[in-house]
Amino acid sequence: MKNNKYLILRRIIQIGILFLFFSGANFGINILKGNLSTAIVLDKFHLSDPYAVLQMLFTGYIPTVEIITGAVIILVFYSLLGGRIFCSWVCPLNIITDFASYVRKKIGIKPALKIKTVSRNIRYYVVILGLLLSFITGIASFELINPISIFFRGLIFGSIFSLSAVLIIFLFDLFIVEHGWCGHICPVGAVYSVTGKFRLLNIYHTYENCTLCMKCKRVCPEIQVLEIIGKETGKIKSSECTDCGRCIDVCDDNALKFKLKM
Amino acid sequence: MSEEKKKAFQATSRKDAIKTMFKGTGYLAFGGLVWGGYVDNKKKTELVLRPPGALKEDSFIKACIKCGLCVEACPYDTLKLAIPSDNKVVGTPYFIARDIPCYMCTDIPCVPVCPTGALEMTSLYTEDIIPKPDVNKIRMGLAVINKESCIAFWGIQCDACYRACPLLNEAITIEYDKNERTGKHAFLKPVVNADACTGCGICEHVCVTETPAIKVLPLAIATGKVGSHYIKGWDPEDEKRLKNVNSDVDNDKDNSGAIDYLNNSDDLLEDEE
Ligand code: SF4
Ligand code: SF4
Ligand code: SF4
Ligand code: SF4
Ligand code: SF4
Repeated sequence: MKNNKYLILRRIIQIGILFLFFSGANFGINILKGNLSTAIVLDKFHLSDPYAVLQMLFTGYIPTVEIITGAVIILVFYSLLGGRIFCSWVCPLNIITDFASYVRKKIGIKPALKIKTVSRNIRYYVVILGLLLSFITGIASFELINPISIFFRGLIFGSIFSLSAVLIIFLFDLFIVEHGWCGHICPVGAVYSVTGKFRLLNIYHTYENCTLCMKCKRVCPEIQVLEIIGKETGKIKSSECTDCGRCIDVCDDNALKFKLKM
Repeated sequence: MSEEKKKAFQATSRKDAIKTMFKGTGYLAFGGLVWGGYVDNKKKTELVLRPPGALKEDSFIKACIKCGLCVEACPYDTLKLAIPSDNKVVGTPYFIARDIPCYMCTDIPCVPVCPTGALEMTSLYTEDIIPKPDVNKIRMGLAVINKESCIAFWGIQCDACYRACPLLNEAITIEYDKNERTGKHAFLKPVVNADACTGCGICEHVCVTETPAIKVLPLAIATGKVGSHYIKGWDPEDEKRLKNVNSDVDNDKDNSGAIDYLNNSDDLLEDEE
């Protein structure tokens, strides 16, 4: 049976957030204005991207209180709730990388580099490198190439040329490294992986129900987190899990579910 | 495993570890240099007009978080956020005066919405007891006229920029001059006064020539700097700078050695021997 409950729910939320920002910029509706770098909610309080603010601090600029509290709110919210839940439920680029993965499976493209030969830890070095370069060059360095915000701004302010950045990511994921961007490089996801260690929302595996069909492993973008499948009952420990719920969707045997648990 | 084999295994695994570390550092350095080079390159594109109240360019690009709230606040769609093909710091707001200039809204709505302090209202307030925002304090750039392509300098009457300027007769004034060629006409030449020009770019927007003869340039590019060693001797205010200057030249130095050296021809004679 094909079940896409969480997939559909995620797309609704992702596109809904996008639409709120779009209407903030273009129809003057003030629920969400700005973009994912910094937003103002109901013209009342700000929310900020923690990694962008961290880079700003490394350039030596101390921003306003609004910006710092905005970044803390976002960091605490995502970290407590689900860590990389930002990735699967908010980030617009996730739609693109998911699509690349879908296309690759549909037409059976073998990526140029095997996923095993490209370390999943590169992203953590990218986090550090981004901060280091911000410090040296005096400008938030990842924000200059950040395809998430380039894409997002492109959608909100309608500059189609920004979409080339997205096309690069799409082709990279499709032909060069499977889950290349989100699974290996993106420092934004990496930051939420680090801070999401103690998240509340987890994927929970019931070993007794598992028939070892391995559908979940085929669909998971962070396959290494599913090590306990068919072995033990419990929550998925690795905070590299993006809480996307694809594994729950594809499991026909009720062996996976969301669970609120420390 | 025999003791020897174990040792050999440890040795290779240590070698491997060093190799991996070496490789990792290499990748990191490679990535860092390429990425850093790109960042540095983008940073150096300073030919850009920023919104009102912007910090100095090098602080501005640190402070702006690229949220676009200033862009959304502008009722004239003047401001744009740079996209990668713009050759500017990606995501930061700017405007192209020839397309849409800044119309200098009296309440300057683009500035107070800035959450980071990249655009700052404090520099734009009047010094009254109850300070009000004063658009005339905005300094986004400076208009510069290219005489050769300005038709007023040819002797054709124009004054489009003069009339359009929101600081009419302050930022642009008209200078009268005799047209020697015809002998009976006058030149009405526009002159920009840097003290008053806000850099709004309305003049550039309205200029009648094919490419504008008057252009707004960022202040850092349009203005020079004299340096401290020139003083306006005729200006009592500027003369004050001389007041605490220590003009004592150190005359007590013993320079007899140098004189002796010049007068001494011993080694000259020595050479001749
Ligand atoms: S890894 Fe990065 S690009 Fe991918 S979904 Fe997460 S934040 Fe977005
Ligand atoms: S002063 Fe008015 S016209 Fe000028 S940039 Fe700001 S909002 Fe736009
Ligand atoms: S509102 Fe401020 S931080 Fe946001 S884009 Fe404009 S200048 Fe940058
Ligand atoms: S930029 Fe042009 S129109 Fe604007 S104040 Fe200066 S001279 Fe006047
Ligand atoms: S509008 Fe252009 S051509 Fe006319 S006077 Fe001004 S600068 Fe010269």
